[in-house]
Formats: sequence, C-alpha cells, structure tokens
Amino acid sequence: MTTLLIAEHDNQSLSEQTAKALAAATKLGSDVHVLVAGEGAGSVAEAAAKLEGIAKVLTADDAAYAHQLAEPLADLVVKLAGDYDAIVFAATTTGKNVAPRVAALLDVMQVSDVTGVVAADTFERPIYAGNAIQTVKSKDAKKVITVRTSAFQAAGEGGSADIASVDAAGDPGLSSFVEEKLAHSERPELTAAKIILSGGRALGSKEKFDEVILPLADKLGAAVGASRAAVDAGYAPNDWQVGQTGKVVAPELYIAAGISGAIQHLAGMKDSKVIVAINKDEEAPIFQIADYGLVGDLFQILPEMKDKL
Amino acid sequence: MKVLVAVKRVVDYNVKIRVKSDGSGVELANVKMSMNPFDEIAVEEAIRLKEAGTASEVIAVSVGPQQSQETIRTALAMGADRGILVKTDQPTEPLAVAKILKGVVEAEGPDLVIVGKQAIDDDCNQTGQMLAALLGWSQGTFANEVAFADGHAKVTREVDGGLQTVDLKMPAVVTTDLRLNEPRYASLPNIMKAKKKPIEEKSPDDFGVDVSPRLEVLKTEEPKKREGGVKVASVDELLGKLKNEAGVL
Ligand SMILES: Cc1cc2nc3c(=O)[nH]c(=O)nc-3n(C[C@H](O)[C@H](O)[C@H](O)COP(=O)(O)OP(=O)(O)OC[C@H]3O[C@@H](n4cnc5c(N)ncnc54)[C@H](O)[C@@H]3O)c2cc1C
Ligand SMILES: Nc1ncnc2c1ncn2[C@@H]1O[C@H](COP(=O)(O)O)[C@@H](O)[C@H]1O
Repeated sequence: MTTLLIAEHDNQSLSEQTAKALAAATKLGSDVHVLVAGEGAGSVAEAAAKLEGIAKVLTADDAAYAHQLAEPLADLVVKLAGDYDAIVFAATTTGKNVAPRVAALLDVMQVSDVTGVVAADTFERPIYAGNAIQTVKSKDAKKVITVRTSAFQAAGEGGSADIASVDAAGDPGLSSFVEEKLAHSERPELTAAKIILSGGRALGSKEKFDEVILPLADKLGAAVGASRAAVDAGYAPNDWQVGQTGKVVAPELYIAAGISGAIQHLAGMKDSKVIVAINKDEEAPIFQIADYGLVGDLFQILPEMKDKL
Repeated sequence: MKVLVAVKRVVDYNVKIRVKSDGSGVELANVKMSMNPFDEIAVEEAIRLKEAGTASEVIAVSVGPQQSQETIRTALAMGADRGILVKTDQPTEPLAVAKILKGVVEAEGPDLVIVGKQAIDDDCNQTGQMLAALLGWSQGTFANEVAFADGHAKVTREVDGGLQTVDLKMPAVVTTDLRLNEPRYASLPNIMKAKKKPIEEKSPDDFGVDVSPRLEVLKTEEPKKREGGVKVASVDELLGKLKNEAGVL
C-alpha cells in the first residue's frame, strides 16, 4: 500500500503546495513516495527528500517534463501507477491540468479538491462554490485525488528520504511549450500569505488599484488579491483572482475592499481566520461573513489605514 | 473544421443553493437552471470561429435529463448549428461524460472540442482533460486566448503564476476560462430560428457507456457557518481590534 504524490515545482524550488498536499497524502495511511518530474530539478528532489513523511523520492529527468505539460507527465504517472494505490496532486492549475488525464487513462473517477480525508477511500469535498460539502466514497481500486491545499497545514521538514531515478516515459509529441508570462513580485504569494488585501470593482481603474491597494499591501506585508470583476476589467492580473474559479485562500487576515461578496468570491476566502470588509454599502453581503466591517469610502479608508499602521 | 461544444445544465450561478436537511443532497426542485457559464464561453468561442470562417459547423452536446434540451436550445440560439442530447436521468460524473463525449467525437469527427473548465455545480474541473486523455488528443486547459493555424492551436492558459502559452497538435480539446470571451445574448429572431434547428437524441447505451457512479455520495452537508461579526466605526477602531482582539497585526 503506497501513495504517490506528484511534486509541484519550477525545476528549481519545490512549491509549498506540495508540503500541504503531503499532509493530506499522509492521512491516507500508507507510505508516501513523491515524484519529481522535471528537467535538471535535482534541488527540488533534495528539498522533497527533507519533507517529514516522505518514504522515497522518485525523479524523472527529461526535457518533456520541463514545463509540466499534461500529456507527457500523465503518461509518466500512468506508467508508474501500477505500484501505487493512490495518486495525489495539489489542486493547483498544474495539478488540475494533469490529474484528470491520469485518472481517465487509469479508468478512475477522480476526487477533486479534497478538503478532508475521512478514510483511505472516503473524502470530503466542496461543491456548489463551497455551499455544500459532500462526503464521497470511491469505489475505484486506485484513487486519484487533488487536494485543496488551503485546507491542510504544510508538512514540516526533518525527513531524509532516498532519491531514486526512474526512466522517462517519452514525449507523445502532442503539445509543446511556447512561452510563459509569470509575474515576479516581491510580495508574498497569495496561497502562502498570512495577510491578503483584495480589491474589487470599486477601484475603478488599474491606476487607482495600484495607487490605493498596493502601498497598503506593502505596508501590511500582504499578498494582493482581486475579485473577478477587478480582473475582468484589467485592474489586476488573472492570477490574483480569488474565488470559486480562481484561487482558494485561507490567510490569518483577509481584507476585502470594494468587493460585494458574491458567492463565487466567498468560495475562495471564507475560510480565512479573520475577515475585514470595507464597503460603502452597509447592505453588501460581504458584511454577513466579515468579522469586522467598516462602512465607508475605500479611497479614504485605505490611505488612512496605511498612514496609521 | 468541425467544432463540438459540451454544454451542461446546472443551477443558475445566481442561486444560493440549499442543502437538504436529511443530508441526501442539494435541493434542485423549483430552482432556476441555466447553461454552465463556462459553457456559454465555449459556445461563444465556437461561434466566433464559425463567423471567422475557421469552423464549418458547430455541434452542441449535452448529457443529462430531457430538460437539457433547453440548454442545447440556448446554444442553438447563440448560433450553434445542431444539437445532440445524450439522455440520462442519472447524475453523471465527469468520467462517464468524457466517455460519452468520446463516443460522440468518434461518430462526428470534429477537429476541436471546446468544453468549460469547470461545471459550477460539481466543481470537478475534469471532463475536458479526461476526454483528451481518452481520445489521445492534446489539451489546452483554462484558455484565455486561442488561435489556429496550420493544423495547430496556440492556447494561452491562465495558470497560477500568470499566463502560459502552449502549441497543440490538432485535433485538440480546449477548456475555457472566464476571460476567453464575453458570451453574447441570443437575439429574439435567433431564438425563433433555433426552434427549427435539429436536436438528435441518443442514450449512453448508444455509446456503450455505463454511467453508474464510481463515487458513492455518503452525505451532503452545509459547510460550517460563519457568523458575521461587528461593524466598527473608524479606521482607529478597526486597527485596534485587529491588533488587540484578533491579534493578526
Ligand atoms: C462562472 C463564474 C465564476 C466566477 N468566479 C469568480 C471568482 O472566482 N471570484 C470572484 O471574485 N468572482 C467570481 N465570479 C463573479 C461574481 O459573481 C461577482 O460578479 C464578482 O465577484 C463581483 O466582483 P466585485 O465584488 O468586485 O464587484 P461588485 O459586485 O460590483 O461590487 C463592488 C462593491 O464595491 C462597493 N463600492 C463601490 N464603490 C466603493 C467605494 N468607493 N468604497 C467602498 N466600497 C465601494 C459597492 O458597494 C459594491 O459592494 C464568477 C462568476 C461566474 C458566473
Ligand atoms: N453532463 C454534461 N453534459 C455536457 N457537458 C458536460 C457535462 N458535464 C460536464 N460537461 C462539460 O465539461 C465541463 C467541465 O465539467 P466538470 O469536469 O464536471 O467540472 C463543463 O463545463 C462542460 O463543458
């Protein structure tokens, strides 16, 4: 009985998401092996070997895995799957891209976005934007699951697992990488941040978003999030969207400024420890879930907060 | 090229659903149903390809109960040419839907399948990837932009760190993200015209697919309720509470 966890990385560093998914993988009750498929990702394998609760690290080094493309990566995981009872991915955009491909090739119905492990075959997962929680029991012999990482505490360090290499599975030649436009920022990452400041449609323009949200975020040491409306309008990049179909976060402090609180937005942040809402409409639904609500104009409130911090 | 789009009938995104008190599921009686929003984006993209002369025909497929006809009619009113309803009263899981769609693809021979990235009822985010796997096709998920040339598709994807562009060998499966396009509303004349467009009816059996669920739903519950807190009167009070009461600053 062994579980295979697929590492999330950029060939250089191991993502925090893997340590969180590991916490869920460990709960399945079997040994956990982690697969680092990449190109020249030796440092990632070493970081994975140090995670508490990893029994073995498998590395597959091939140009086909340099960008985690779904088609070759799924083939590799399927080739290894014979030795495993469960295959676990973090529910990141990479995990969501690859895991269903693996599941279908294994003829398994995947369990998406697991927020709780009840037993090795039974899981909790949110449906309807988190407005209902389903407990499902998988009847498939193998389990393929993706883990909602905001629901789990990252596993610690202190392990020293063996690292073994496995053969690559070839490139089916279906897709190729063209380019990436990733934002590099000094700010903390949304999914790892202790404090998040999010702005909504009320900001009105990218200029205002930058002028009012960013300086306060920097003062707070916060990551910056946004509502769909703010992203659609171009005030903020797509990867800042928090919600049902964006990122799901659970920081210590979430500040929603000029966000009404649509169910799709709440789905991404309602498990935050403390929620602050700043909105000029005292009836805004966001106040129903906020620990602290401040009714007023964010263009006055946010600069004042910055000055008083 | 021929384009297939998958459209699912789901509870309208504006509806706040209710969990049945006996834990048996979500209340679906007398609830407004609509096309899954991501599928509207899929239909829109397919129609734009047709308008641009890239696509020759757009076929909308839905797997579900008889009422899913309405969802297909919506796609036809937006501009799809014809529909296929694969009728089943069982709730369907992505794996079964992907197998059915594979059967439809084999029967229809499209070069491109566009599906939503996620159905907003089950929130699975699986079907497109599964279909691509079963067909042995390439996949471009969470598409923000697509372009077609020389038997390839260039798909820009919304990923966690920003945007990634991949080149796909056709045929391919593309799944839509929110910013791929803004779906149109069907005009009244087009709604009238859509009534005459054909919808073929099939069953999962026609494609040899067993739709019995692989996941047994043991229970469905309300999430932990979050109590609303207090309103504060000023920035000073807010910062004070965050520091001293909540201890998060
Ligand atoms: C399929 C689908 C998926 C979706 N996924 C997501 C998702 O992942 N994340 C997400 O966020 N949304 C998502 N949405 C969109 C969601 O339904 C809402 O439309 C969106 O969250 C609204 O954004 P908003 O709160 O910024 O804008 P609005 O709803 O327009 O709210 C703006 C708020 O700002 C307040 N305001 C205005 N001016 C000021 C001022 N000067 N000072 C203070 N307050 C002010 C107003 O009172 C109002 O409450 C999705 C929708 C669909 C259909
Ligand atoms: N029953 C269905 N009928 C038609 N299309 C579906 C069905 N289920 C899923 N799909 C398609 O697959 C996408 C992703 O669904 P899911 O994997 O369930 O999140 C949806 O946006 C639809 O395009």
